[in-house]
Amino acid sequence: MGRPVSEPLLQIRGLSKRFETTRGTVHAVSNVSFDIPRGSITGLVGESGSGKTTLGRALLRLTEPSEGQTIFDGQDLNTLSAAGLRDARKRMQIIFQDPVSSLNPRLRVGDIIAEGLRAHRIGTSKSRREMVVALLEEVGLQADHGNRFPHEFSGGQRQRIGIARALALEPDFIVADESVSALDVSIQAQVLNLLLDLRERRNLTMLFIAHDLSVVEYLCDQIVVMYLGRVVESGPARPLYSNPAHPYTRALLSAVPVPDPRPLRSRTILKGDIPSPLAPPSGCVFRTRCPHAIDICALEAPEPVSVGAARQCYCKRTEDLHVPA
Amino acid sequence: MASTTAIAEEPGFFTLLISRRAVLVALSVFVVIVALCVLAPLIAPADPARMSVRARLTPPGTDFLLGADAFGRDVFARLLHAGRVSLTIGLGVAALASAIGITIGLAAGFFRRLDAPLSRLVDAMMAFPDILLAIALVSILGGSIVNVVLALSIVYAPRIARIVRASTLVIRELPYVEAAVALGSSTFTIMTTHVLRNILSPIIVQATFIFAYAMLAEAGLSFLGVGIDPSTPSWGIMINEGRQYIDQAAFLILFPGIAISVSVLALQLIGDGLRDALDPRLAKDL
Repeated sequence: MGRPVSEPLLQIRGLSKRFETTRGTVHAVSNVSFDIPRGSITGLVGESGSGKTTLGRALLRLTEPSEGQTIFDGQDLNTLSAAGLRDARKRMQIIFQDPVSSLNPRLRVGDIIAEGLRAHRIGTSKSRREMVVALLEEVGLQADHGNRFPHEFSGGQRQRIGIARALALEPDFIVADESVSALDVSIQAQVLNLLLDLRERRNLTMLFIAHDLSVVEYLCDQIVVMYLGRVVESGPARPLYSNPAHPYTRALLSAVPVPDPRPLRSRTILKGDIPSPLAPPSGCVFRTRCPHAIDICALEAPEPVSVGAARQCYCKRTEDLHVPA
Repeated sequence: MASTTAIAEEPGFFTLLISRRAVLVALSVFVVIVALCVLAPLIAPADPARMSVRARLTPPGTDFLLGADAFGRDVFARLLHAGRVSLTIGLGVAALASAIGITIGLAAGFFRRLDAPLSRLVDAMMAFPDILLAIALVSILGGSIVNVVLALSIVYAPRIARIVRASTLVIRELPYVEAAVALGSSTFTIMTTHVLRNILSPIIVQATFIFAYAMLAEAGLSFLGVGIDPSTPSWGIMINEGRQYIDQAAFLILFPGIAISVSVLALQLIGDGLRDALDPRLAKDL
């Protein structure tokens, strides 16, 4: 829309989300910055509690960010009024993890898919029905499925309904929050292929949140790795996978199961649990579990270091530890 | 029984409801009571207000099916006409208490700032004994059918409000509500389509019980003399009036007493049946 195609669709700048609890402040997302290029699928990975879901929700302001900017197509979403946000959200949608609780059990599938159209008063009830049929067919369901209730469908089909609902408003950007994690592996592949098809057909930009690194490798152009609410490494998928720069990324990738019985790889096994986001470690948050941590890691948070084209690593010791390919 | 239902097609809601004999009987009894009261002028053509000195305290028999009261009025006719009033009050209270309770419960569950004051108000009202609160409210408002309905609705609304608030707090965090926000649905749509629609079952069950409680409470208020205008008979008023003649004509309080007990018992059983039939986990065991 008059903007250079090269400009990223979404620019996240210093985004933080803190939750105040009776036990103190939870630092769910801290000072996260990265870009999501137009038409790309960006994978957001990290273990449970790393803040990836909170970040996904904060991007759509489904939870209010504490600070920072989310610049969507040149517009900072975090400064928008309620009405402005409602319009902006037409262009960005979310697909959830749980195919059961993400669909209202009392509504017919057709009404679920048409909800966004009704909310924005798009079309007449007759034209909305036609749109619903087209959407059902686009996600691989049948036209008459619109008259049924969610409980009549399998998990994979329900996830397709969730996708159709997100597509109804013809968004440019979709957050897929662990959208295949709850499905069987065979169904996962079908849904992933559907997402790839839709990206092609509709020129979608996606943020794909996952903890399954093999899924992310298959689907994504760019990867952002999070740990305890912070980005530790980001960059194009292939170089990041073949030559991870951050110690955490290396540990994470070495944990991916490989269908090869010969134990040739050296595995980095992390000790301990992810620290509490109530009291994150000083300096680099990963230092308490990092096999390479030294004294300076505790002093200040690491600045991003460039480790190749569009690749950044947030580690004080990047130069000592990372051998460029 | 379980095996046949498992093979057969999923039974409909009504089939499920009446699959328990007690519920079927209760439902039938209640339908008969309602029909008798609605069709009162056809079934008991005698004027319920017509007095006759000669017929004073006539026992049940051929002249008067259920006897005549201290003013010689036909008890059967009065019983059916009084039933209209009692049932109307019960239904009115069930409806109005639900409306008030749903509004308070949704507001408390949805708007954090309103939650504490509304919840404390509800707690405070539930801490009062029902009938004392009702007496206080009717004394303030004055005795008429509308005011009794209003007072009893205020008394019973907190029960609905609590259920609605608790359920709202759970449902508002579900992903489909979040999806609705992202899709641009208004707060009103979210409250009605997504929250209210999913908590109708417990509200209906509770409303059935309130129907029964309200009929009892109205009888209590009328018996104590703070209820509706005595010239319009209700079952409670009939008991109150018959009280003085309990030695000579016990039937005067017996029949309205039975009417109240049977109606309330039937409603309670229907409420139990609804709860079981609407809860899929319990429904399976029926």
